[in-house]
Amino acid sequence: MSESTLPDYRVQSDAVRDRFARIKKRPVTMEVAGLSKTFQSRHGTVTALKDINLTIHKREFVCVIGPSGCGKSTLIRILAGLEQATEGEVKLDGKVVDKPGPERGMVFQGYTLFPWLTVKKNIMFGLIESGYDKGTAEAEARQWIELIGLSRFENSYPHQLSGGMKQRVAIARALANKPKVLLMDEPFGALDAQTRSKMQAYLMEIWKNIDVTVFFITHDLDEAIYLADRILVLKANPGEVQEVIEVAVPQPRHPEQFLSPEFIATKKRLEELIHPPKQDDDEDHLNLVRMVPVNDEVGSVF
Amino acid sequence: MSLFSVNKPLEPRSRQLVTISSFVLPILLWCLVSYVPFIWHPEVEITSPGSVNYFREGMLVNKTVFNAESDKASAAGKATPEGIPANPIYLPAPHEVLTAFYTSFTTEPKRSSELWLHESLWSSIQVIFYGFLLSSIIGIPLGVLAGTYDFFSRLFEPFIEFFRYLPAPAFGALAVAVLGIYQAPKIAIIFIGTFFQQVLIVANTTRKLDPALLEAGQTLGANNRSMLFRIVLPGILPDLYRDTRILLGWAWTYLIVAELIGTSSGITWFITQQARYKNFDNVFAAIMMIGILGLTIDLLLAWFGRRLFPWQKAN
Repeated sequence: MSESTLPDYRVQSDAVRDRFARIKKRPVTMEVAGLSKTFQSRHGTVTALKDINLTIHKREFVCVIGPSGCGKSTLIRILAGLEQATEGEVKLDGKVVDKPGPERGMVFQGYTLFPWLTVKKNIMFGLIESGYDKGTAEAEARQWIELIGLSRFENSYPHQLSGGMKQRVAIARALANKPKVLLMDEPFGALDAQTRSKMQAYLMEIWKNIDVTVFFITHDLDEAIYLADRILVLKANPGEVQEVIEVAVPQPRHPEQFLSPEFIATKKRLEELIHPPKQDDDEDHLNLVRMVPVNDEVGSVF
Repeated sequence: MSLFSVNKPLEPRSRQLVTISSFVLPILLWCLVSYVPFIWHPEVEITSPGSVNYFREGMLVNKTVFNAESDKASAAGKATPEGIPANPIYLPAPHEVLTAFYTSFTTEPKRSSELWLHESLWSSIQVIFYGFLLSSIIGIPLGVLAGTYDFFSRLFEPFIEFFRYLPAPAFGALAVAVLGIYQAPKIAIIFIGTFFQQVLIVANTTRKLDPALLEAGQTLGANNRSMLFRIVLPGILPDLYRDTRILLGWAWTYLIVAELIGTSSGITWFITQQARYKNFDNVFAAIMMIGILGLTIDLLLAWFGRRLFPWQKAN
């Protein structure tokens, strides 16, 4: 598709516009207000996040994308309560978040399944913590295992599973606690391309059917556009919101949309924001000169 | 394939062969020195004293002394002594040590108050067992606490770090003064030798637990107590087990010193006693028994550990 025929990424069809209007009328699940985070380092104060404001509505799917070092991981860790903000606050259903809790389930890139527990017991972990008796927890866990299609593996240990299966268990483990928000920190980053697209489809399926709001961090542009209602684009040094994009690709999503004009237009916009045309002083490049004689057997690869 | 590829495992056949050689080579060397008469053999065992009046049959004399006496006798035209090359008494031949493995158990003690070998060995095992058990009962919980909570780490570790440089045998006299001369001070030495290292090693192992697992636990609603009992403890268990195995090996190395304290006892008493009687075959057998016992226990624990922690990747 040539550039001239590409629509503006902001142009939404009526259905999409209506849907966003409806989303905005939903109750607010999570509210981030004036959030800043600074670290003390040897070279002085580093501002990781600066004045982040964001309102997430119930059952919305929000992706965060940004260059490395933009503080997206810090942001999700603050939302999870694993780190404290220097300024500003995070509210979940109107209550201030100050420590980790099961109502904010988290899925990490490194799976973080407990290696000494079987699939079933991993999923039971949070249920037992929230006071379920063993029998009920086990029955719940079994249901989740069924839902994620791993019934054959319920008594397997994590090291016996593939990366995709591990991440499915991690998602089920977080969802078993019936969290209001599912926080996902580059959950599919370690998976190969094929498994990753499968997992994306699974996640959409889960999101459609379960009452949960998803906050998803990624550095993969396609992944962000494919999954998100809205994309929060961060920039680095300091980590600030650059733009919040309402993805114009209609829901429900399916893989053919990767080539739709809305998708490509959004991707082009994200490219511009995240990889702006580089200045010449980029220090991170190779210094190669021709090392093959012109009259070599293969003088040029082109 | 070459036997010397960097960081590549050997083929199974050569691996077995090399492993066996690890034991066979030293034994082969020992056999060579013992059974080939012209290798070393600095002494002569007298078979017939001849005219030398202080030689007795079966006596070991230095080769140069023997040659000098032999020359003197032949110059005087008297009967020359005869003998065969022999090694010093402190190096018995392999077959002698091998027999000693059996005979040392059946040899009756010289005095009725003294112990048989199996009783001595049992006494040693008890000293190790109680010393190590006591150390572990206190040391492992302290180590886990220090590894988990910064508070306990700051509270325990500086002092322990200092104390572990004090050599355990240095406390021998003190232990005897406080605990008497029998088993108690020996157990105390094993304890001192093990405990301080144990706390530090266990604390380190605990700190090495993947912090992401703790964070995952927190986001699943685990409270402080569950974090310790449902994540930290099960998470470090395989490493804790491995540490304990290694530390048990260290405890064995303190055994000889410990048993010399107060009234000498156990396998150490047996060894010193047999050396006094010049039964060096028994001495060698007893030393090897310690090695075999230690290795056997370690292999048993290793085998058991593989069954205990099925979630560990086989590597």
